[in-house]
Amino acid sequence: MLDILRRIVLWGGLALLCLLPMLAEALGEGFYITMMNRVLILALAAMSLNLILGYGGMVSFGHAAYLGIGAYTVGILAYHSDAWFGTESAFIALPAAMLVAAILALAIGAISLRTSGVYFIMITLAFAQMVYFFFVSQQEYGGMDGMQMWSRSDAGPIDLSDNASFYYVVLGLLLVLLYAKYRLVRSRFGLVLRGIRENERRMKALGFPTYRYKLVAFVISGAVAGLAGAMMANLSEFVSPSLLHWTRSGEMMVMVILGGMGTIAGPILGALAFLVLEDVLSEITQHWMIVLGPLLILIVLVARRGLYGLLDPKGEPK
Amino acid sequence: MTPILSISGLAKRFGGVTATDSLSLDILPGEIHAIIGPNGAGKTTLIGQLSGEIAPDAGTIRFKDADITRLPVHRRALRGLARSFQITSVLRGFTACENVMLAVQAHAGHSFRFWQPAATQAALRDPALAMLARVGLAGRADVPAADLAHGEQRQLEIAMALAGRPDLLLLDEPMAGMGPEESARMTGLLAGLKASHSILLVEHDMDAVFRLADRITVLVYGRAIATGTPDAIRADAAVRQAYLGGEA
Repeated sequence: MLDILRRIVLWGGLALLCLLPMLAEALGEGFYITMMNRVLILALAAMSLNLILGYGGMVSFGHAAYLGIGAYTVGILAYHSDAWFGTESAFIALPAAMLVAAILALAIGAISLRTSGVYFIMITLAFAQMVYFFFVSQQEYGGMDGMQMWSRSDAGPIDLSDNASFYYVVLGLLLVLLYAKYRLVRSRFGLVLRGIRENERRMKALGFPTYRYKLVAFVISGAVAGLAGAMMANLSEFVSPSLLHWTRSGEMMVMVILGGMGTIAGPILGALAFLVLEDVLSEITQHWMIVLGPLLILIVLVARRGLYGLLDPKGEPK
Repeated sequence: MTPILSISGLAKRFGGVTATDSLSLDILPGEIHAIIGPNGAGKTTLIGQLSGEIAPDAGTIRFKDADITRLPVHRRALRGLARSFQITSVLRGFTACENVMLAVQAHAGHSFRFWQPAATQAALRDPALAMLARVGLAGRADVPAADLAHGEQRQLEIAMALAGRPDLLLLDEPMAGMGPEESARMTGLLAGLKASHSILLVEHDMDAVFRLADRITVLVYGRAIATGTPDAIRADAAVRQAYLGGEA
């Protein structure tokens, strides 16, 4: 019964996502496309966090750093488009954003992963704050105020300035990466990662150099978050340190926990629920967090695997 | 015979407490060498140092003619030094089979394989099922480890330790928390491993120790006060005084 319901929700949801621009167009509510663009991009970011938080048991409280650095990579490359290294091409800027985010994740992860527990949470937060203040101090790139981009990246035949095309690009990226993640968590690597979450000491005793596996997962996660950041910069054509603020890291964690840690579809449900709640509640009161907070506590207490867990209470990804 | 594991002058202090006191010990190939001693004798600290979780203050550990004193835990495991834990330590969210598959996988080269599903790979699953059968868990392969009975979890631990085809097993109280029936089954299982493995056995169950061990070392306050055959240990005056209380 629940099995059928789950299928209806997931496949129906996917169909809705695919048809959304047309529906929005028909309803004359173009705003929904922009809204859903935000949802899907943050779902991508939450998905990347879920890889290390949900599957790897690494409570990174600094994921905004990779989101932000991905966005700044696109913004800075576009800002210098007259210089030899500048570019507005999406085919260069997006991979560059992923690469820069991956390198940052490698550096931060290499140090942070030597700690665990509360220390890991604090040190990832501290590194993210360092990146935040670094960009706040960059006057050339707008400092605290951030910087405007002239236009969205140039993706050749695909016109990213069209909101619907942009939406399909984001949806395509999200679905491809979701499938990749589905494969990854079931692969040998994924088995090791989930084993480390369950019992790292045991995994070492079995002969796994656990640090290496955690670091690789951390870097993959950072790279995907960087891609989400790059899309975020493109969506709003604006890059600012607010993307790097620690509350962003918190929001991403909330999305993952709300949607369901360690589930494939969870982060999408989480991002959708979070942004819709934000949208609806903030119209009623500016203190919308007062409502969200208790709701989150309720979800954590009632459904330990989040919204996805409500659809699939005992299923553990295999 | 060259010892497979050779400990010499091993020492470890925690603040004012000496947990291991210039301990020297040889484990011969194919023997079950039991370590017994009262609580606080430093048995678990010794296992910790042998497996690599605790760094000794002094002394050396040689395994298969190589110095492993400073090697990290996973490198020792890959060299053929497997262990079980005093407090059952299985991956509770995984099935029995997956637990052993991971143990097989640890010894099957690196695991930076990101695409093919692991669960159905015969190269992992077949040896894992064989190992489960060997410890008597053949019918329980797809049961989540958390749902196994306590005794079955201990058997699973042994299967995980065996999966890497180790040369030496470090077993930290494999009978802990077992009823007499489970304990007898475990004794039978360990006796069957004797032919193919060297075993260092830390155990409180004296019946099992005296039935299984080829040699016994008695540890008191981190020092080996006696090493010998079960009969010699039973007869040793110092041991009776310090530990067995004269009743054994």
